[in-house]
Amino acid sequence: MTVSPDWYLALSAVLFAIGALGVLVRRNVLVMFMCVELMLNAANLSFVTFARTLHDIGGQVLVFFVLVVAAAEVVVGLGLVVAIFRRRANATADDLHLMKG
Amino acid sequence: MLGVTYLIILLPLLGFAVQLVGGRRLGDPVAGGVATAFIGASFVVSVGVYLDLLTVHAPVRTYTQNLWTWIPVGDLQVHARLFVDPLSMTMVLFITGISALIHLYSIGYMKGDRDYSKFFLYMNLFVASMLILVLGSNMLVTYVGWEGVGTCSYWLVSFWFTRESAASAGKKAFVYNRIGDVGFLLAIFLTFDKVHSLEYSTIFANLGSIGPGNITAICLLLLVGVMGKSAQIPLFPWLADAMEGPTPVSALIHAATMVTAGVYLLCRINPLLHASPDAALTVAIVGGATAFVAATIACAQQDIKKVLAYSTVSQLGYMFLAIGCGAYEAAIFLMVAHAFFKGLLFLGAGSAIHGLHDEQDLKRMGNLRRYMPLTFITFGIGWLSIAAVPPLSGFWAKGDVLENTWAAHPALWVVGILTAALTAYYMSRLTGLAFFGKDRWADEVAIDATTDMAGSHHAGGTITEPHESPRIMVIPLWILAFFAAIAGVLALSNNHFSLSHWIDPVFGSNLFDDNLTSTAKLALSSLDAVIAVVGVLVGLRLWMAKAERPSLEGAFLRHSWYINELYDTVFGRPLERVAAFSASVIDPKVIDGGVNGVATAVRRSGSLLRRTQTGYLRNYVLGIVLGTVLVLAFMLTRVWWN
Repeated sequence: MTVSPDWYLALSAVLFAIGALGVLVRRNVLVMFMCVELMLNAANLSFVTFARTLHDIGGQVLVFFVLVVAAAEVVVGLGLVVAIFRRRANATADDLHLMKG
Repeated sequence: MLGVTYLIILLPLLGFAVQLVGGRRLGDPVAGGVATAFIGASFVVSVGVYLDLLTVHAPVRTYTQNLWTWIPVGDLQVHARLFVDPLSMTMVLFITGISALIHLYSIGYMKGDRDYSKFFLYMNLFVASMLILVLGSNMLVTYVGWEGVGTCSYWLVSFWFTRESAASAGKKAFVYNRIGDVGFLLAIFLTFDKVHSLEYSTIFANLGSIGPGNITAICLLLLVGVMGKSAQIPLFPWLADAMEGPTPVSALIHAATMVTAGVYLLCRINPLLHASPDAALTVAIVGGATAFVAATIACAQQDIKKVLAYSTVSQLGYMFLAIGCGAYEAAIFLMVAHAFFKGLLFLGAGSAIHGLHDEQDLKRMGNLRRYMPLTFITFGIGWLSIAAVPPLSGFWAKGDVLENTWAAHPALWVVGILTAALTAYYMSRLTGLAFFGKDRWADEVAIDATTDMAGSHHAGGTITEPHESPRIMVIPLWILAFFAAIAGVLALSNNHFSLSHWIDPVFGSNLFDDNLTSTAKLALSSLDAVIAVVGVLVGLRLWMAKAERPSLEGAFLRHSWYINELYDTVFGRPLERVAAFSASVIDPKVIDGGVNGVATAVRRSGSLLRRTQTGYLRNYVLGIVLGTVLVLAFMLTRVWWN
């Protein structure tokens, strides 16, 4: 039995929406981080789906790039989060509004 | 010698360069001697060129020297080219000759001045500019000289620029000249538009293609230029103020290098004037009016140099009158004679001023003939000459002008003869006040700061006894007096060396023929002579005895017909108000408002936009999401529409 590509795409959309909503509504920096990762992987899922449907290896290649970039981003991002937690105990994203104009 | 015509201009220019580089090192009096030598050399070359020109046998003796092509642009081909003919040669001879004498005189007059060498630097450049003006073979070269004399006159009039009055007199001379120059420039443009050449010979050969209306326009525009340079109504007030310059400068401006430029230019364009009777009549009327108005003003001036200045304006009016009648030769004759006697009068007046330690007020002179006999005798010759007492040169020259005016425009002749009477009167008034009467300079007088020209060094006190000027100042006086006395021989007709034989071919058929019988001429000359003698006697009789005659010095005349006040009201005040309006309204409101407005707009919009920078991450994310949604929605509509 094969699952129709539509389902994969629907799942990808749902994952992406959850991720986006999470970034918008949650205050915890780590959770927001995980939500960003969720959105990236939702995108990855649709890449793979289209690669299969259209018989184009390019989509899968792109997924590897995204993974690499995501890994690098996590390194930098977690580094920043650790640095923030060293300075203050209970930092939420809203406490960090030093860039207010 | 014709081949070295360029040297006539080059020598004064070299003199200028020498003064520029080493003037200060040469110092007083060597710098003056060097400058005089260069002008003198230029005069010698001029005489050589003149003698060579005499050997040219043609209906019109001319010689053209092409130096280089100055502006080669398509249709516009302007050559730096010199043109020698009897007209320009006459100008060159008396310009270099009289300038050399004035330079010689200046060596003594300027002795001890702080900027001794700078004075001669300007003087040399002045003479060079004037020579460029008269020797140019096209309008543009003439224009270069025209601007050159304007600039040099500005420098020299405001030579003692630490005095407020001298500085503003220089500015005034420059501004009035600029107004005239615009006319000249427009005339050049119009000429080029019609003829596609600025060479005088080409212009005259193509009169037909210009059209009568345009010829009149060109003539009138040139007349505007000439009014400025030659101080005619309405642009004459600057010449009286130009007396703020050192006296040799006044002599140079009046006798040789500046005001005669206008007369020369009008003579040069005689074919144009001949083709436009309207323009010629305008010239005659302007000249007649100027002659009369300036003569009346001269009757009431108190500053010796101002009397002479207005008399120059008046004499120039005569020359314009002659030109307007087509009597170019009479104009040239008067110009040459005037160059001699006016140069003489100015240098004589300068000698008197010098002897009285810079006193210029006629009412503070008197009886100078006892103290300065040499100055008195030479000045006396100049005085009788300008008053047109026979047999001095002024009589012949003015008689020539008046004869032609009588034949051409009798109404203007009446003005001319009235002016002649006034001329004799005011010059005798000047002589009576300065050289006869009591020794008023010895009186204690409270000096009115507004009229005192002498500055502060003898303010309120008496002047020490006058002294005769040094020999270097008196020699030029004698030479000029000699020529002022005998220049009348130029008028001898039927003489191979007469002025008419020499210069008439330049004008050819454009010259006015007065057709007067010899009886009429004799009657007119006798009338001139009687008028002159009566004027002299009346003037002397009135002013030798008494220095104060307020009834003869009306405020209207003392204030030069209120012409300065008129210009002040009509042009000065409104423009001042415009300037004040600009300063109080346009500058703060419009200009500052514009600049500050831009700044305020940027600041306002900035403070509005900074509200979007909350610093909250979720706001930014919301922005990104909404943006993405918008982009996607846009793409979807595009897909569905197609």
